[in-house]
Amino acid sequence: MTIQEVHQGRLRTPFFSRISALDTVNQWHEWKGYSSADTLYCEDTEYFAIRNATAVFDLTPMTKYRITGPETAAYINRLVTRDMDKIKPGRVAYAVWCDDRGQVIDDGTIFHLKEGEYRLCSQERHFAWLQAAAIGFDVSIKEETADIAALAVQGPTSFSVLSKMGLDGLAELKPFGLMNFDFDGADLMVSRTGFTGDLGYELWIEPAKAELLWDALFEAGKLHGIRAMGTHALELARIEAGYLAAYHDFLPADATVRTGRTRSPLELGLDWLVDFKKPNFNGRRALAEEKRRGSTWRLVKLDIEGNKAAHHSYIFAKEKGNKSEIGFVTSAAWSPVCKQNIAIGTVRTPHGKVGSTVWVEIYYQREMHWARAMAKATVFDKPFWFPPRRSATPPGPY
Amino acid sequence: MTDRYDAIVVGGGHNGLVCAALLAKAGKQVLVLEANDQVGGAAVTREFIDGFAVSACAHLLYQLQPSVRKDLKLSPKLAAENMTTVVLDEKGEHIRIRGNSVLGVSDADAESYRGFHKRMTRFADLLRTYLNKSPPRLGTHDRRDLSTLGRLAFDVRRLGKTQMREFLRLIGMNIHDEVNERFESSLLKGALSLDAVLGTHLGPRSPNTIMTYLYRLAGDHGRIASPTGGMGSISDELAHAAREAGVTIRTGMPVSRIVIANGRVSGVETESGERFDSMTVISNADPKRTIIDLVGARHVETGFTHRIHHLRMRGNAAKLHLALDELPTIDGLERKDYAERLLIAPDEHYVERAFNPAKYGESSPDPVLEITIPSFRDSKLAPPGKHVMSAVVQYAPYDRKGGWTDAARQQFESATIRTIERYAPDIAQRIIASELLTPADIEREFHITGGHWHHGELTLDQFLFVRPVCSAAQYRMPVDGLYLCGAGAHPGGGVSGAAGRNAARAILQREKAA
Repeated sequence: MTIQEVHQGRLRTPFFSRISALDTVNQWHEWKGYSSADTLYCEDTEYFAIRNATAVFDLTPMTKYRITGPETAAYINRLVTRDMDKIKPGRVAYAVWCDDRGQVIDDGTIFHLKEGEYRLCSQERHFAWLQAAAIGFDVSIKEETADIAALAVQGPTSFSVLSKMGLDGLAELKPFGLMNFDFDGADLMVSRTGFTGDLGYELWIEPAKAELLWDALFEAGKLHGIRAMGTHALELARIEAGYLAAYHDFLPADATVRTGRTRSPLELGLDWLVDFKKPNFNGRRALAEEKRRGSTWRLVKLDIEGNKAAHHSYIFAKEKGNKSEIGFVTSAAWSPVCKQNIAIGTVRTPHGKVGSTVWVEIYYQREMHWARAMAKATVFDKPFWFPPRRSATPPGPY
Repeated sequence: MTDRYDAIVVGGGHNGLVCAALLAKAGKQVLVLEANDQVGGAAVTREFIDGFAVSACAHLLYQLQPSVRKDLKLSPKLAAENMTTVVLDEKGEHIRIRGNSVLGVSDADAESYRGFHKRMTRFADLLRTYLNKSPPRLGTHDRRDLSTLGRLAFDVRRLGKTQMREFLRLIGMNIHDEVNERFESSLLKGALSLDAVLGTHLGPRSPNTIMTYLYRLAGDHGRIASPTGGMGSISDELAHAAREAGVTIRTGMPVSRIVIANGRVSGVETESGERFDSMTVISNADPKRTIIDLVGARHVETGFTHRIHHLRMRGNAAKLHLALDELPTIDGLERKDYAERLLIAPDEHYVERAFNPAKYGESSPDPVLEITIPSFRDSKLAPPGKHVMSAVVQYAPYDRKGGWTDAARQQFESATIRTIERYAPDIAQRIIASELLTPADIEREFHITGGHWHHGELTLDQFLFVRPVCSAAQYRMPVDGLYLCGAGAHPGGGVSGAAGRNAARAILQREKAA
């Protein structure tokens, strides 16, 4: 019997050699067992690459499952709240899945690769839940996180970069669509998806071709301002896009101990993802009951006066009087592209109706001393950043 | 062809019949569909060879609930009403247990047993109140739930400080420790150990075996009865009561699926393709078969499916039926003793050792037995002068390593006969024919997953508020119109009718509330 070598410490993605060569600040964190860069040069530069040029993000550590078998369609439809019958092969869907109490376990993207074959991508790991959901279905679930190298290529010039790289026909790819290309004899899958709310793509390839892909991409992008980016820039971009993040804007229900700390999709503003026309899906009974009785919480997107980011702030119904506390901010940032002080928060119903005014208590430090400001905020329901180029097909040649 | 009913009961076991009869009495049009050719489920009498009949699965009556008797005006004919338990000794120095008395042990043990029995009966009485009620839901603000919970707390407290403490100490404990603290007689310790583990996948050292012992006492203070004509006579009487109340009973109609339309129950479909419509379907089948096989996991939610899937229900008790040309000779046994319940459990370690191989998927080479010779008091069960023996034999694990092949069955049957031979040396010569039902056979014949009597192990984590699983312990399943009325629901197995009655009451109550 031979003992196989076991990886110690953090894993390296197939792009590690290329990213570490570009890295100037040596600032990394752990992401599901992998080393992932916070930033490589400067957070702002990377962020502006997303909005003005092309930024490349290594999303290999994102959890990926392959779901196959004759009953996958029925399985997926029971797993998630939205109607997946509408998602044809070659399409991608954003979805949430709930426990029996209708509380969100996680959100993610589901790729309908071909008839009866899906890939589910999420921030957290869910193998146990996916297996439990497979009882009584003829499906098989395989964790394939390490089997696929993945890059997010995001920003206005991303289409031009990929076209220059030789991906003919990409112009026809609509948002949430999939296309396959040959890349050096390997299958390169390109999806028009992303976490930035901008024009962008995600590239999926076998790990052996990862470095070659990176090199080709950066060669093609040389004149289009291509840059590698870390998670800090991405975090800012996703708040602008109004996307939720687990452990920020909601807690995965299967990892939460205290009752009342989880959220239902209705409480996260994801009503559009819940299809009560489906006779059964996980959480349906509880969600139908919640719809009847009314939700406890409501997700709000806030446009806040001033320029101080409202990190972790309490939200109040009135400017004066602490008794009127109605919730708190879960993600906040000053948005350079919108020139707005933005935040995502959670408030108790009936507060937080679209267009209403709430007050955010912001603490900030000036040379060691703390100051407090009550800032007026307006509730939005649209993403803060939603440029037409994001959905234009064909995309413009920036 | 479809027919419409107010309620359809899937499976005509005794609980299904009780439930159907009570619903019919409340004015419902009820249909019972039974897979086998006779009703009764695991409470049936059948010939296993020409002229020799026997209770095919359950063979002793511990706890037919008075409330069930009263509601359905039952008066079962009993061949024996309060049987003595004779614990066999190889040297012929058997002991006899009945009620609070035990004969054949030291005075100290006899005295100690009286106290033990009194205490246990008192605790069992506490449980008994709750056998005939729907368990309260936890975490609701419903008045009925809160009052039942409050009542439970009050009942426990009312035992008094010392007894309450004793109850709480014992409830999760194992029987082995308790009997070793109290008694010196190996036979007595063996017998109590066996009583605690009969029909379970537990040994006397397993935690929770005091609770299973209390459950046995809870029915009728541990009084053991044997119905005339075998257990089937109880089912026949129940079927009669059900028909009188207007229930339609159809046998030989295995249900292949419970039909779900638009997220709620709409009827059932039989294996032969017949469709019966009803907005209420009550399953007498075990929870696993009901949810995973008949309803289908896709119609319920993942957390619930997962809990049902993980129900522990591996049967470990086999049934051995022997046709005997005359009574076997057991040294030291008086003739009248053959009418009683005979145990082979010489000491508590013997019982635990019998359990040991079962943990690893092997059957006991030296099994424990609960033996009755029903033909002794009920001569119609066997041809004149001849006898039938009905024995529960443990341990025969359902998921036996290598499966229950002919060789494996032969091996277990031989081990069992060898064990009986130690007490009745001529048993082998007396045998005309034999039948062994392993848990796998019980699963096949009585359609119980895992061949487990109780439709799920009776342990604290699968008891009361959480039987069969949490959030579904009130007979109502998380599919509109679907109910459970079998042993898998509260309170559990045994021919008691409590689950069937409680289910019927829950259904009627819900209707009233709607």
